[in-house]
Amino acid sequence: MKVGNAELWSGLALAALGGYIIVQASRWDYMGPDGPGPGFFPLWYGVAMAALSLILMISSVVRGNRETIDWRGAGRAFLVWLALALSVVAFKLVGFLIGFAALSFFMVAVMYRRPLPVAAAVAAGLAAGFYVLFPLLLGVNLP
Amino acid sequence: MDILSGLMQGFAVALQPANLLWCFVGVVLGTVVGILPGLGPPATIAMLLPLTFLMNPAAAMIMLAGIYYGAKYGGSTTSILLNVPGESASVVTCLDGYAMARKGRAGAALGIAAIASFVAGTVGVIGLMLVAPPLAKMALAFSSPEYFALMALGLAMVVLLAGRSMLKALLAMLVGLWIAGIGTDPFSTTSRFTFGQLELLSGVDFVVVAIGVFALGEVLVSMQGRAEAQALPAPKGLRNLLPTLQDLKACRFAFVNGSVIGFLIGVLPGAGSTIASFISYGVEKAVSRRPQEFGSGVPEGVAAPEGANNSETGGALVPLLTLGIPGSGTTAILLAALVLWGFKPGPLFISENQALFWGLVASMYIGNVMLLVLNLPLVPLFAQVLRMPAFVLYPLILGISIVGVYSVSGSLFDVSLLVAFGLLGYLMRMLDYPSAPLVLGLVLGGAMERALRQSLMMSQGDLSILATRPISAAMLSLALLILLIPLFNKLNAWRLQALEQ
Repeated sequence: MKVGNAELWSGLALAALGGYIIVQASRWDYMGPDGPGPGFFPLWYGVAMAALSLILMISSVVRGNRETIDWRGAGRAFLVWLALALSVVAFKLVGFLIGFAALSFFMVAVMYRRPLPVAAAVAAGLAAGFYVLFPLLLGVNLP
Repeated sequence: MDILSGLMQGFAVALQPANLLWCFVGVVLGTVVGILPGLGPPATIAMLLPLTFLMNPAAAMIMLAGIYYGAKYGGSTTSILLNVPGESASVVTCLDGYAMARKGRAGAALGIAAIASFVAGTVGVIGLMLVAPPLAKMALAFSSPEYFALMALGLAMVVLLAGRSMLKALLAMLVGLWIAGIGTDPFSTTSRFTFGQLELLSGVDFVVVAIGVFALGEVLVSMQGRAEAQALPAPKGLRNLLPTLQDLKACRFAFVNGSVIGFLIGVLPGAGSTIASFISYGVEKAVSRRPQEFGSGVPEGVAAPEGANNSETGGALVPLLTLGIPGSGTTAILLAALVLWGFKPGPLFISENQALFWGLVASMYIGNVMLLVLNLPLVPLFAQVLRMPAFVLYPLILGISIVGVYSVSGSLFDVSLLVAFGLLGYLMRMLDYPSAPLVLGLVLGGAMERALRQSLMMSQGDLSILATRPISAAMLSLALLILLIPLFNKLNAWRLQALEQ
């Protein structure tokens, strides 16, 4: 699938980050009595980032780059990322083992379309394995 | 201390039962990781790094290094049986390795890969042992300006060879420098880029970024598809894995070529084992009497790249241990590991930590022997790892990543950062931004800023100090020339051609 220029958008995001770095760095001392201050180094790489991202944006517009992105694949990856983010939120409420088991179940049943009993077995097995390996055998705390 | 007595001391450390065990664990894990497509050494070392805080540093370093070079052995297995490289350094092995397997010579290909890996891996360790101590002595003359220039040169080399677009590589490096700058300024008490979050005052933990960008990023990329490749059957029995005398004769130059080129490329920051394997393959083809047969299953087409990617490991440890400058994502993580354990990699590292350095060198000799012994008869067993379904492997990686990050700080905030950096790693891959410059920028960012500010303190703010000291001026000029390569069409075309090949 053809999409808008990804380089342009990423360049825009990096230019914004460069701008933010410059604004922040300009609030800190650039040069003090003992030498360079906390704003010295960030200002330089902020300027470099803003300049380079502008070059990236301009070159992508001039070349008319239109990369092909596999949106279906990207959608699958984002779905897993979203599930991961939600499971991290859930750790606070239900603990790691249940949150992680739910994430594993989702990945096996929804992303890999395996039968529900298989998904349940994998989720339970992985959660139990983590419990035995980390807190019991290695003495490492789980979230 | 001379090399021989250092080596004796090293073997005394490496042969301790606990260290032998961790060396074995490292090389086995490395082999498994090398076999599994989509899970590379940087991701594995990053994931396991938090667990090593419970270990003795020498044992931990021996294990992590075992994963590093063990993965190079394992990577050839999938290239030969599956035509899918287990890691990027084994891409070129697919050409002749898979062709040999399709002709029914998978055993010979696997055997040649193991022997070449052993020979070149050992040569790489010898190179490390001979080159590192004198280089460290030479680097003692370096002061802050030279260090700044050296780090700038290292970053420029990484940017040069990280991907097709140097612009993107530079931007990735700058993002790494920015992440390194988050937290409290080391020279004053100013908090920088903390967004008002108390948790960010002490900075972003390297482990969080490395695991997020490498491990989570890889899992998310793998989740784009659902298909799983089918491997050719692994040959059973040692006899079927031994190459013929004719094969070995054909490979004799490839063993030397892979060993030498791999080590030399490894010493250069930024080049890495993938480029070493491609160059070695190219040289082998160029000097061969039968270049037209390359790609159709010639044994030297397996031996040269497999040798180079193993010898590169020893070379890559030279700048890491003597100058504190990593040349790749994996060595950047090893550098972070040394710093987290309380060491200061640099010119004094070897003289101040002789037991650790020589123990590591000796363990690499032992590890290479272990890998040869393991890889020849146990290839069919290791190949079974390929049967692990992706729907079990990927949740497992996610779980280990989360627990690894949480075990470092005990903070769910860091786990949330991990998720964010996982997305960053995925987006970088999707948009073709290389991740190595980001990680190197992050690892070197703090030291680079410190060196620059110290230099300017020495000169009362006069930037010319960087240009008036000969070593610093030479390195900065070289870095500048490297960064200007895209402006020269011919040179840039050569660079792109080299990367594409």
